[in-house]
Amino acid sequence: MTYILVLEQILNGLQLGMMLFLMAAGLTLVFGVMGLINLAHGSLYMVGAFAAAAVAGWTGSFLLALIASLAAAAAAGALMELVVIRRLYRRDHLDQVLATFALILIFSEGTRWLFGSFPLFLDVPSYLSGPVSLPGGIQYPLYRLTIILIGLAIAAGLFLLIARTRIGIQIRAGEADREMIAALGVDISKLYTLVFALGAALAGLAGALVGAIQSVQVGMGEPVLILAFVVIVIGGIGSIKGALAGALLVGMTDTLGGVFLPQLFAVFMDPASAASAGASLASMLIYILMAAILLVRPSGLYGGSA
Amino acid sequence: MKTIRMLAMAAAIPALAVAAQADTKIGMITTLSGGGAGLGVDVRDGFMLAIEQDGREGVEVVIEDDQRKPDVAVQIADRMIQSEKVDILTGIIWSNLAMAVVPAATAQNVFYLSPNAGPSALAGKRCHQNYFNVAWQNDNLHEAAGAYANEAGLKNSFILAPNYPAGQDALTGYKRMYGGELAGEIYTKLGQTDYAAEIAQIRASGADSVYFFLPGGMGISFLKQYAGSGVDLPVVGPAFSFDQGILQAVGDAALGVKNTSQWNKDIDNEANAEFVASFQEKYGRLPSLYASQGFDTANLILSALDKAEVSDQDSFRAALKAAEFASVRGDFKFGDNHHPIQNIYVREVIKEGDVFTNKIIATGLSDHADAYAAECKM
Repeated sequence: MTYILVLEQILNGLQLGMMLFLMAAGLTLVFGVMGLINLAHGSLYMVGAFAAAAVAGWTGSFLLALIASLAAAAAAGALMELVVIRRLYRRDHLDQVLATFALILIFSEGTRWLFGSFPLFLDVPSYLSGPVSLPGGIQYPLYRLTIILIGLAIAAGLFLLIARTRIGIQIRAGEADREMIAALGVDISKLYTLVFALGAALAGLAGALVGAIQSVQVGMGEPVLILAFVVIVIGGIGSIKGALAGALLVGMTDTLGGVFLPQLFAVFMDPASAASAGASLASMLIYILMAAILLVRPSGLYGGSA
Repeated sequence: MKTIRMLAMAAAIPALAVAAQADTKIGMITTLSGGGAGLGVDVRDGFMLAIEQDGREGVEVVIEDDQRKPDVAVQIADRMIQSEKVDILTGIIWSNLAMAVVPAATAQNVFYLSPNAGPSALAGKRCHQNYFNVAWQNDNLHEAAGAYANEAGLKNSFILAPNYPAGQDALTGYKRMYGGELAGEIYTKLGQTDYAAEIAQIRASGADSVYFFLPGGMGISFLKQYAGSGVDLPVVGPAFSFDQGILQAVGDAALGVKNTSQWNKDIDNEANAEFVASFQEKYGRLPSLYASQGFDTANLILSALDKAEVSDQDSFRAALKAAEFASVRGDFKFGDNHHPIQNIYVREVIKEGDVFTNKIIATGLSDHADAYAAECKM
């Protein structure tokens, strides 16, 4: 009985981790390559979710909705880069934080103006709904399993992209030395727009995938953004590998901590206060984890010397 | 020259004050954005419907969105009390926000009428003569649900609620009446949208039923994920987990579920029939219990204004306490701690045409008062 619970919770942690990875991958690339802190990354997550909900409501197709989320978030990201972000690369981080925070407000109010303040609901398609039986007698929702698989596929794809392709080489070179690759004739501004749009598309996809099991609402991106920042700080800024490791670590800690801490507390406290104290401590757990990791490795698990 | 101007101003001030006194200013702080927006919008719409139907001059309502953030609510309350000089505050949905705003407001001699949140602290030790709760004390609906669970023969409930004052009151209320065993008890984060971990615990717990208090967007997310998880234990809840907004979003998954409420659209009295019809006509949707609470709150204020000016605090307070208005719940009266004594009903989720709604199937608790009244020294 208990081992099934533990396995199911590990799957839940994995699913949360994969979702965080999709968010963190874009964030860490943008930070690593362009040295930009983009607080508006959560807005792209929201844009993806709203685009998916709108298209699903309009056509009834979940697949089209996912494609729309990728396209809309990439387009919003590219536009954001061309109009605003481009002017911020040479500024210091404070200016970037200020400008991208303004973007959050613009995106949130714009979305509220278009769609209203009520949450929208995106349904899981019938072919992905319901539970599946996994070996070992675990019943697990098929949709969450699909999110894990999509996350793994995208992680593999990103590694190949970074390690094996010409664009990947340019991205890595851009992280190492911006001036030099510009001097070598790479169109750096096009590269920046591309990286930004790629990160935005991944965030939008995450928003659409999660929107189907939760709800699509204004401001849904900000709580996830905070977690994604924790992930990239733990993983090491600029590293995709770090983002994956950090996302899994945060996903697991958050899920397993939330479940097992109250039970641990119940050993020496009465159940009601154990439930409440355990829940409170569990929500702090990932920040404690982050602090502990930064004590041992100040630049994160896979961080360079930067 | 200067003294003349001063004198002129001094003469003008009392004149202004007299003009202002004729008006009653009501400040409404409620949640109009995010996952809790449905509740605030319903309270606001119900409240404004009553104000509009009454149509009298000299009542002004100022509405602001608290975004379900206690700090924002406190800021708005300060501004409304100090610079807009409101006489009455109302509107707060969430108990953690109420705990942040209400004691400070009543201490500044403003009346606070709660259309929703009813934290136990404000019903007991920290009750105040200027604080009235027109909805319920938080525990009430959950107590009725606990009593219903006994009747339905449920013996091993798994219970969950968000970790904030109303969530703690909810589980306390359920356990006060429920006589069976608990298969598990968990507190989730307020505003949480992913319940995978909790549903896995429910699956592993060996429970025979699930009792959950998750209002607004939280309830929608939970029910959708629960339906997809393959766990098929019966669920019971307070009306907050199955209100009109949630039912439309989750659809068939909630059909047949029993829940407890102090109000439903089929309570048979004239005020209620008129309220349901006019609400539907004006807003194009069925009212929820939140809308009924907003409607009652406004009518209570109007009934008290008929008898006394707000500036005459003692008479106005007595007029509120008397509660002589046509409540959509039927009989309505306040206990000594200014919380309602009322019936709580058991409802079942049904489908009427294309619309999911509730119908009353039994009276859970009659003339029910809250458990904290004795602690209130007013």
